[in-house]
Amino acid sequence: MPPEPLGQREPRVAGTGPAAVSVSLAADWLACAARTVHERRTWLTELDAAIGDGDHGINLDRGLMAILADLEAGAMPVDDLGRLLTASGRRLLGLVGGASGALYGRALMTAGTRLTERAATEAPGRRTMAEIALGGAVDGITALGKAVARDKTMLDALLPALETLRAAPAGEPIASVLTRVAAAAEAGAQATIPLVARKGRASYLGERSAGHLDPGAASSAILLRCLADVVAASVDAEARGALR
Amino acid sequence: MRETSVVGLVLVAHSEEVVRGVAAMAAQAAPAVPVAGAGGLGGGRLGTNGLEVVAALRHVLAETGTDGVLVLLDLGSAAMATGVALDELDPAERALVRLADAPFLEGAVLAAVEAAGGASLDAVAAAAEGARSMTKWPKD
Repeated sequence: MPPEPLGQREPRVAGTGPAAVSVSLAADWLACAARTVHERRTWLTELDAAIGDGDHGINLDRGLMAILADLEAGAMPVDDLGRLLTASGRRLLGLVGGASGALYGRALMTAGTRLTERAATEAPGRRTMAEIALGGAVDGITALGKAVARDKTMLDALLPALETLRAAPAGEPIASVLTRVAAAAEAGAQATIPLVARKGRASYLGERSAGHLDPGAASSAILLRCLADVVAASVDAEARGALR
Repeated sequence: MRETSVVGLVLVAHSEEVVRGVAAMAAQAAPAVPVAGAGGLGGGRLGTNGLEVVAALRHVLAETGTDGVLVLLDLGSAAMATGVALDELDPAERALVRLADAPFLEGAVLAAVEAAGGASLDAVAAAAEGARSMTKWPKD
């Protein structure tokens, strides 16, 4: 699959306005996700071997590494946040395979499409963009996988995360909100351990799927922890810049 | 242009060998029926690739015109890869595709035989889904 046509190759992120900041954050997020999943690929694969087909870590690692390589080579669209996420989703779709490739691919594509649509009429703030992106991701996953809460899937991490994001008080700083969102995803992932799987390969095991952490929920929690970390780092950098 | 209508098949499975084997069985039963498949992730790795499903659908649609395409799926994520693939198609293409809720091998062979007789997409889908109640070992 050829990469999406580029708006411009150099500089990697055009300008310094809010749109450029958000694209640069998304690129940092993808890089964090690729690094963290790479470090934890064996663990994720072991989780998947226990109740699935044992390729989650390796496959997701391959897809994210390809995105990272494309980003570094200037082969991803970096002029628009939505287009960057959509192109990333398409890469996952073609490279990761299995349910997680289709689901994460669709999640990023739906999130990206919605962000692009919204950006056409206004310049939403980071909080709104996070809500559009995570809401889009959850809708994309739900539409494709038809899972609901407590089916022992990635939604068990993502749904409490989205709920936390939407319920956060209006004045709460974005870094604090996203840290709580990541914690909600991690707690949601842990809470999949006693569940009996009702979707995917794990559901073939029936009761024997209980007692294991769901690998999709585990990787979803990693992705949201990365989002919290890169946004916190960006807010810190802005604060340091303002002091200079 | 073909004189008679013919519905095509797209086979989506986790293994390239499974797709090849089932396509060969369908072709033996019905050589004139267009069949394409998407299976495996390359290099012998098991899995399904949504973009490959898009390519397979377009390949068969190009051969079958408006007669339609029936998709057969093996396990779980084959359905998801196909779901994503359908979203990638134009509405006009999408309208010509149906998913069979049928056993993969048996459904493909029965669908191919039905399609070879010039049956409609609905009839081909019904033939595939009929494989769900196929008896293999009659009990007296």
